[in-house]
Amino acid sequence: MERRLDAILSSFAGQEHELIPILQQVQRELGYLPREAMLEVAQFAGVPESRVYAVATFYAQFRFTPIGRKHVMVCRGTSCHVRGAPRILEEIERQLSIKEGETTPDLSHSLETVACIGACGLSPCIMINNKVEAKLTPKKVAVLLRKAGDDD
Amino acid sequence: MDQVNLSIDAVEIAATPGTTVLDAALGAGIYIPHLCHHPDLKPAGVCRLCMVEIAGRGTTPACLSPVEEGMVVRTESPEIRDLRRVAAELLILDHRPDCLVCAKNNRCELQRVAAHVGIDAARLARLRRHEKTLPVDDSNPFFTHDPQQCVLCGICVRTCNEIAGVNALDFAFRGFDTMVATFGNDPLVKSRCESCGECVVRCPVGALAAKDFQQPSREVKTICPYCGTGCGLLLGVRGNRIVGVRGDPDSSVNRGILCVKGRFGIDFVNHPDRLSTPLIRDPAGGSRFPGFREASWDEALGLAARSLAAIRNQYGPAAIMGISSSRGTNEESYLFQKFMRAVVGTNNVDNCARVCHSPSVTGLSAVFGSGAATNPLDDIEETEVLFLVGCSPTEAHPVIGMRIQRAIAGNGVRLIVADPRKTRLAQSADPWLPVRPGTNVALLNGLAHVILREGLHDERFIAARTEGFESFAEKVQAYAPDRVAAITGIPAGDIEAAARRYAQADRAMILYGLGVTEHSDGSLGVMGCANLALLTGNVGRKGTGVNPLRGQNNVQGACDMGALPNVLPGYQSLEDEAVRGKFEAAWNCKLPVHKGLKYTEAWHFVRRGRVRAAYIVGHNPALTDPYLQRVEEALAALDFLVVNELFLTKTARLAHVVLPAASFAEKEGTFINADRQVQRVRKAVDPPAGCKTDVDIICELADRMGYAMPARTAADLMDEIAAMVPLMAGIRYPRLEEHPLAWPCLDEKDCGSRMLYEKSFPRGRATFRAIDHAEPAEAPDASYPLILTTGRRLQHYNCGSMTRCTPGLSTLCPEERLEIHPQDAAGLNVREDEMVEVASRRGKIRVRARVTDRCSPGVVFLSFHFEEVPTNALTGDRLDPMACTPEYKVSAVRVAPVEGANVG
Repeated sequence: MERRLDAILSSFAGQEHELIPILQQVQRELGYLPREAMLEVAQFAGVPESRVYAVATFYAQFRFTPIGRKHVMVCRGTSCHVRGAPRILEEIERQLSIKEGETTPDLSHSLETVACIGACGLSPCIMINNKVEAKLTPKKVAVLLRKAGDDD
Repeated sequence: MDQVNLSIDAVEIAATPGTTVLDAALGAGIYIPHLCHHPDLKPAGVCRLCMVEIAGRGTTPACLSPVEEGMVVRTESPEIRDLRRVAAELLILDHRPDCLVCAKNNRCELQRVAAHVGIDAARLARLRRHEKTLPVDDSNPFFTHDPQQCVLCGICVRTCNEIAGVNALDFAFRGFDTMVATFGNDPLVKSRCESCGECVVRCPVGALAAKDFQQPSREVKTICPYCGTGCGLLLGVRGNRIVGVRGDPDSSVNRGILCVKGRFGIDFVNHPDRLSTPLIRDPAGGSRFPGFREASWDEALGLAARSLAAIRNQYGPAAIMGISSSRGTNEESYLFQKFMRAVVGTNNVDNCARVCHSPSVTGLSAVFGSGAATNPLDDIEETEVLFLVGCSPTEAHPVIGMRIQRAIAGNGVRLIVADPRKTRLAQSADPWLPVRPGTNVALLNGLAHVILREGLHDERFIAARTEGFESFAEKVQAYAPDRVAAITGIPAGDIEAAARRYAQADRAMILYGLGVTEHSDGSLGVMGCANLALLTGNVGRKGTGVNPLRGQNNVQGACDMGALPNVLPGYQSLEDEAVRGKFEAAWNCKLPVHKGLKYTEAWHFVRRGRVRAAYIVGHNPALTDPYLQRVEEALAALDFLVVNELFLTKTARLAHVVLPAASFAEKEGTFINADRQVQRVRKAVDPPAGCKTDVDIICELADRMGYAMPARTAADLMDEIAAMVPLMAGIRYPRLEEHPLAWPCLDEKDCGSRMLYEKSFPRGRATFRAIDHAEPAEAPDASYPLILTTGRRLQHYNCGSMTRCTPGLSTLCPEERLEIHPQDAAGLNVREDEMVEVASRRGKIRVRARVTDRCSPGVVFLSFHFEEVPTNALTGDRLDPMACTPEYKVSAVRVAPVEGANVG
């Protein structure tokens, strides 16, 4: 991790105002913001570690636990909601044995809900690693997750 | 300065320019509701309760509006009431409503706001959403953090930043979930929090609240018994018990601010292990302390007096050694040295400055002509560049550490730090000079070399006020940055940068600590610091000077009072017949002419049978002195040892008679802090039944040895001191009631001297000292490849006899850890938390490891607070030849994991 972090930090000057872009790049590289990385960033940017934590927790985009290899985002927009998103979410939670916001212990899947993917015509839909899966039913979900699991 | 006139609620008010409408109103007794305002902090304007109407401007927060001439302010109107009511309701909705079980009930600002604004309970009940359920953090032994009581005013966050400079807290998460949190939302004890409690005293509600709060029935103004900063305390007392401590807002030293020890570390006074009966050594035992039986005062004092007299009669007075306490009062140290000189008849009297700051006295005297701090600590905020050498104020002098952090953040003070460890302040330094332990003199000469080479020295000052410049300049010729870099391990560029920064500042101040003095060339290190100040003309002006950070609360006073073997009180010469005559007449005795033994030398004389007895007051050399195996041997070999103590320390366990003494809170007196201020210590409670003050003990012992001390109270003793010590001739108790006085204070009209050497030095001119680097006594080698250096932990103090009897401090810092750099740890196969053995040529100890880059590679660090980890079994007794102070800071050691100790 240290080397990957150093590579990111080397492109910054170590100023307080760089904090958010640094954290974004760290998360892009590592998938989440590990404690050690935030401590390192604090030292580099010359800000207290409590401030780094304050900034990182303020923005929904930052995560503090590792993300699964399959990042499942369930749309809860209006269209998806009326067409059964709650049941889709329930099924995914059952299949993966995790709740929304969690990651499976083997780090294969993370599950999140989002407000709207912007594909209302395809509702109910989910996204797995940036790929939209359209017009789902609980049955399709089971197949999809098994298939997604096989990709590993 | 001209006042600004404004009208608030039709009351005409004159306010200081720059203050806010809120300050002006509160100052004039007009209450404006507020939560996020605190007079010590910059305004934040987050609670929106202090909204007022300013003519021509509409409604605006009073805390963010500076007063202006002719301003017309209304603090109440229907519109303002509505604004405040909504703001207050929103806060109360998120707040746990059960005031009756809240620690701050009746001391709560939110209650006051609610009472003022008027809250409709029915409306609140209707609006209340789900309650937050956030866990209470009660990990800290002294206070709790309950986020459900929090009003998010940010006072704690700003206090931690602006006052303490620790930055443990900030707002985390957002919206409804916003809360004050540490990094990672860790429990407070796992965070950077230093438990100073400054946030707790400022929290307007019950979110941060002291555990076990008891309302005191009265408060007693006194001085903190810990480090040499000399913070003012207000001890809260109920009955005969101390129930709380507040910082004294009127103290110029701390202005109400305290560290964890000062605020929470006074519990030792009430500790059940306090001695309360004299003890006499008896193998059959019979007391709760094995090897001792309880005795009456009459018997114990009789035995002590008879034994001391017998040894004096048989072997001569020089066979008795006395060590005074640097924690006791001036009056006690004065009385003690008088006892040793006038009653016993020897100059063998010393105090624990011998093992810490004696080189400050020898070093500063050699250069300036007097051996104490040159400038007030207030100058920390007045200087441009602060140069810290061998000290970690955030740990050892925390309130000074906080002042430095504030000076950096608020006054733009630039910091240079020379320290082998990357201390908290080293992280704010530019540059940090990670000096190899034992090479201070080379570094200081190197800085002087650069200053001279680049012509940054102050020629006018050198010509007008100093001597010895030529030989000094010639000497530092040999200390070019490249050579110094090779000796000290500091990059040459950083040496040059530091020299320029220090010399180019208009005002630069040096603070140094035991990292300079506790070396075999400690006195030279002190001279090196003083040389730099002379070279740049940084003496005798505001924001300049050279200040030693004295270790113990009254180590300055113990020296000033003449608890030293080579001088009489006030550093008056033993050799001077007129001086001796003055004391002989006043004390009605014949004074010994020969200088006495420095106590670090005395141990050798015990082994040779020349010293047969010792009297030790409030000092624990069996734990705090280097090569303690030898010290222990020497103490055990004494024919007779009498000790005044609060607790049965390791030294007291070796005594023949132990006399239970009163603590700082149980007696009257004075302490002198690191910047020479004589401050009053006042009795808050009676000593535990069976204890006596050191003054009473020494007087009664003298009585039994046939010498009646005329002055037997603290005030009378101070009068005697003033009569005998010209430097303190103007210091009297009635004057000290008003405010502290810094010596020299030559008569009753003299207001004392906060700054020295404004116009001249005691000898006219100050003297540059040409000094040379010498390698420390013990260099690392193949068998002992690491350098051990020692110091203090924030939560503990000296031998730990006080702090380790304060349960909360022991919870925060329960055990010692060896700090070791990751590189060294990896090479030695040492892992975090693992038990390791540290061995030197003198001994070995076992301790758990803390792998941290706070230490430089090749250097390991230990404190000496813990009897279970007797660090001084490793340190050597090689002494600075001038001051006889041991080289604690450099010992060659080896570290190895302990086989088998780390399983499970």
